[in-house]
Order: sequence, then C-alpha cells, then structure tokens
Amino acid sequence: MARLGSYLHRHPRLRLAGLLSAPLLWLVVAYLGALAVLLVSAFWTVNGFTGEVVRQFSLGNFRTILTEEVYRNVALRSLGVAAAVTVICVVVAVPMAFFMAKVAAARSRHWLVIAILTPLWASYLVKAYAWRILLANNGPMDTLFGGPGYGLPATILVLAYMWLPYMILPVYAGLERLPDSLLEASADLGARAGRTFRSVILPILIPSVFAGSIFTFSLSLGDYITVQIVGGKTQLIGNLVYANIGAANNLPFAAAIATVPVLIMVIYLLAVRRSGALEEL
Amino acid sequence: MRSGRILLAALAAGVLTLAGCGGDGGGDSAGGGPGGLTVPKIDKLAALGAGEGEVNVVSWAGYVEDGSTDKSVDWVTGFEKETGCQVNNKIAGTSDEMVALMKTGEYDVVSASGDASLRLIYGGDVAPVNTDLLSNYKDVFEGLKNKAWNSVDGVPYGAPHGRGANLLMYRTDTVTPAPTSWSAVFDPASPHKGKITAYDSPIYIADAALYLMKTKPELNIKNPYALDDTQFQAAVDLLKQQNELIGEYWSDYTKEVQAFKAGNSVLGTTWQVITNLTKADGAPVEAILPTEGATGWSDTWMVSAKAKHPNCAYLWMNHIISPKANAGVAEWFGEAPSNKLSCAETKDPNHCATFHAEDEAYFEQVWYWTTPLAQCIDGRKDVTCKDYSAWTQAWTTIKG
Repeated sequence: MARLGSYLHRHPRLRLAGLLSAPLLWLVVAYLGALAVLLVSAFWTVNGFTGEVVRQFSLGNFRTILTEEVYRNVALRSLGVAAAVTVICVVVAVPMAFFMAKVAAARSRHWLVIAILTPLWASYLVKAYAWRILLANNGPMDTLFGGPGYGLPATILVLAYMWLPYMILPVYAGLERLPDSLLEASADLGARAGRTFRSVILPILIPSVFAGSIFTFSLSLGDYITVQIVGGKTQLIGNLVYANIGAANNLPFAAAIATVPVLIMVIYLLAVRRSGALEEL
Repeated sequence: MRSGRILLAALAAGVLTLAGCGGDGGGDSAGGGPGGLTVPKIDKLAALGAGEGEVNVVSWAGYVEDGSTDKSVDWVTGFEKETGCQVNNKIAGTSDEMVALMKTGEYDVVSASGDASLRLIYGGDVAPVNTDLLSNYKDVFEGLKNKAWNSVDGVPYGAPHGRGANLLMYRTDTVTPAPTSWSAVFDPASPHKGKITAYDSPIYIADAALYLMKTKPELNIKNPYALDDTQFQAAVDLLKQQNELIGEYWSDYTKEVQAFKAGNSVLGTTWQVITNLTKADGAPVEAILPTEGATGWSDTWMVSAKAKHPNCAYLWMNHIISPKANAGVAEWFGEAPSNKLSCAETKDPNHCATFHAEDEAYFEQVWYWTTPLAQCIDGRKDVTCKDYSAWTQAWTTIKG
C-alpha cells in the first residue's frame, strides 16, 4: 500500500488519471453516450410490424417534424408555457426571496427555507391530482374565481406551482450573498430606494433570476404529466415524445422530437450565458 | 473555448462510432404479416409432462393475484400448492412492453391483448397451443375461440381470457334524451360542446372508422383496423372536427371517474368497470352499447416459443381459465370472463349479466382491438393500409 502511494507520488499524471477515471467514465458513457444515442437514433426508423428499429440513415423524422404544422404549433405552445411559467415564478419568487434574505429575522430564515422546500417532499403525481380536484367543476377554484377549468391556463398555473421552489432558492442564495452593509452604504450616500435597487440589488438579482429560470424553463419544456392531468385536451412536446414511445414504440421519432427542446435550451443557455447566470447555478 | 471544442470532438466521435455500429440490422427489416407472409413453423407441445417447479409469467396488473394486494384475492397460492409450479409474475404496462419482454425468451406465458398477439405470433415469439391439453378449454365461449387475433389458419395460439367493449357513457341528469348512437359524440352542433371526452390513444381512430363504416357506406370500410388512405383521412377529419367538442381526452380510469363525478365530462367513451366505479361514487351515469356497435378488447394467454417451463405453462393456462380462477380475475379486474362456468362462481351473482359475458349477440357488435398493419387485415391485397405508427402520428395532428 505504501509502495503504491509513493509510486503514485512520483507519477502525478497517473495519480490524476486514477482520480478522474470514474467520473470521466460516467460522463462519457452514461451522460454523453445517452445523448449521442438520442441524436443518432433520431435518424433511424422503425419497422411498423415487428416494432424493431431499422438502423438506416434517414431524414424522414425531421422532415415530418418540419413540414407538419402540428409540430410547429406544439413547439411554440410549449415555448409559450415555459416562458409564462418562468415569468409567474419570477414575480412570486423575487419578493419572497427578498423577504427571506433581508427582512426576516436570521433565526426564522431556515424555517422559511424548509417551508419553501416542503412541497418538494410530496410526490409530483399527488400534487398534480390535488390540483385536478381544485380545478374541477364546482371545485374550490371554480367557486372562488369561476375558472379556469382544465386547459392551457390551468397547465401554466400548476406548473408554476410545481417549479416555484426552484426559482426561490437560487434568488434567495444570490440575495443572501449581498452584504447588508452595501444597502446601508447606498442609503448613507443618499440613494433612494429605487436607485439602490437598480445599482446594488439588480446586478446580483439578474444572474440569480436567470439561474432559476433555467430550471423553471427547462422543467416546463419537458413536462408531460401535469398537462395530461389538468391540461384538458392540450398537448405539449413532452406528450408527443411520450405518445411515440409509449403507444407507438417509435423511439427514433420520439428522439427526433426530443431534439427540439434540446435545441431550444441550447439557444436559451447561450443567450443567458452573458448575464453570468451559469456561474450562479 | 478550447474545452468546448474538445467536447464537440468527443460528441462527434461518439456519434460516428454509433453510426458505424448502426449499419447492420437493417437487412432483416422486411417485416411481414397477414396478407402474404407465413407464420414461423413452431411445434405445439405434444403431451403434458410433469411440472418443472416454476413458471415465468408476463401479465396485466390484476391478472395474477396471490393475496399480496388483497388477502381475499388469491388464485395463485392454491395453484402453486396443487402443481408445485412456483409462479413468478412480471407486470407489463403496455402491449409494446409485453412484446419486448416476450422477445427476451425468459418468460413462459403472457396475457396478450389483441393489439399485441399477432405481433407475437408472426414474430415467432409464441407457439401454437395444443388445446387438447387444456381440460378447461371446452368450456370457453365459442365466440372467443379461433379469432383473427388468437389464431392463424385455424390453428389456435392461446387460451382466451376475458373481454370487454368500449361503451358510450353519459350523465343522466344533463344528457337528455339518452343517446343511442355514437353520433352523440361526433355531432358538431352538440349542446355538450366542451364536455365530451374520448379515449386518449391512437387506437381511438378505429372508433371513428367504425362510425363511418355505418354512416358513410360509400367509404366501403370493412374493418375499422384496416384503413387505406381515403378511409383513414375520412376518420382523421371526423376526429379533427370532434376535437372542437372535446373537453379532455382520458387515458387512466381514475381521471375519467373524477371528470364524470364533477361534471367536467358528461358524454364519452368508457369501459364497464369505469361506469360501475362512477356509479358507486354516486354520480348519475349510464353506459350503453350504441346502435353502431363498438370497439373493445380481448386478451389471450399465450405460451412462449422458447418456454423453459412448458408443462407448468400449460398447467397455468388451464388454471387461469378454470371457472373459479377466471371468475376471480373477471370480478377483480372488471371484465367478462371467458369460461362459461365462471358465471356460477362469481361473488356478485349479476357479474356476468353486467358484463354481458354470455351475450354473444352483444359481442358480435364489438370490434376487438387489433394492431393496424400496412398489410390490410381485412384481406385486401390491392392497397396498403396505414400502420400503427401512422395512426400515432395522425393522433398527434388530431389533438393539435
């Protein structure tokens, strides 16, 4: 054992290889491997009768997705849902996180964090079905607000509920790093609340919000369960993927559809990279 | 930026490697099926020997109960004691999963539905069944034997298990007068717009085809699962028009029970078991078999072509269609039993009447789920039909 230790000590490259081989193997095989299979299988087709994958290169799947109007509509609808969910989460999360980080007493802070986390302890399905009952005809939401019933608005509402903690936590973490003394200094220098917000809080807030939005945006983009439960007859990208795998056993076509959210997320990440949001993750 | 390029190179290398491996396997893609292709030659079991000590089963949830779900629901323990065949059950979620599991060769018997059974037969995954070795086979309803989905050229491939129809359910307090036809769910001027529901699966296209079969004879649809381009387009158009009326599509039964209870849905397709559950919850609903008939399902126990425990597999098939076990499954799952003598064994004496088990005239109006294939299953040779993946893609455009 000691000999091995001294041998490794004399060979730093070997030491590094030993340290990194397991995570690299995981990254390349499990992580990039799965992505590569996804990309490659998107170009395959399926034998309609035996259900076996035909491994021949074909652009047919992508041609269908680009030419059929329904796929464009569903992609745009999913994009709209993801954006709306993100906006709602930001509007609710920012004041909440600000209160937690700056106003609430230090000892109640961790209780607030726990309170924010509690919904995550319950099963996703239970929460979605609970919302289905809340939104039913003559249910609580219907009696109080006269709607929205099942459909696209209900989907946005429930998804915003589901992903809210993922927005509050990064924003809270960002604001917590902002020293109180900076706010005081800003006030001492004569800045009003608005100026302090713009010059001191906002530069911290924006990257945190973008960090949170990556969660809310990508989770909404991939979701298919909530919309199946409260979405009425609405379908999003996730439903199309599910229908093609679950019902038709057409993995290649599902893979081709799945490249759409991947593409949207890559574009989104490139766009928010400049804000420094990726450092906040 | 350098790391980005390395990442890209690694990805590209991975893609190329996989694409390289992907070359083979394409050659055997020429599939087959009814209307031309032959069934792989597999011998049926000639004589029953001693049990091998265990049997590996693939089944739908609720079909193989050993008392672990509910103490009073157990038709496995007795069988194990009697035959010495330990039952190892694997529950499959979908027909596709069943087909995939059977291809592994690790399972002996499967409870296949009509949309999977032909795939198993033509794929060479299941063997013909020697019905002489099943003493209970003689008591199975004639209407379930040697059907298009469980036999080929008169050779039976399994033991029929149970069946049911996809009915039309409505709320008696809001839908008046009571509907008698599927036109209630297709009428563009329906007063129930936004509160109509339909089964969320590509196979529902067959429901529209069945309706067109009766209302538009000029389309000449002979079988709702064998649709050529024109017929298919007509069904899809009808469903796109129906989409305007739909409040939501249902796929799991809890969702439908709750929607009918709350009144979010007042009219739409259902299964008998869902109607019973909704009624039990106090909602005023009824279900009918409309004048045009309906689609439905029928399951069949089949034995693997590579069964390692064929004797236990036969003993199991014979047991599961025996009056007592068959009655147990039918009541627990909510379906019509396949054995004539089961009706005397059900705890609820009206079970068979509720599920129309003995009513052959009723089931003659039912078109059981069958996988749509490119080779038309109604026997036409001059046209190609739409296969199931085309049905799935069309279902996406219907929902919009």
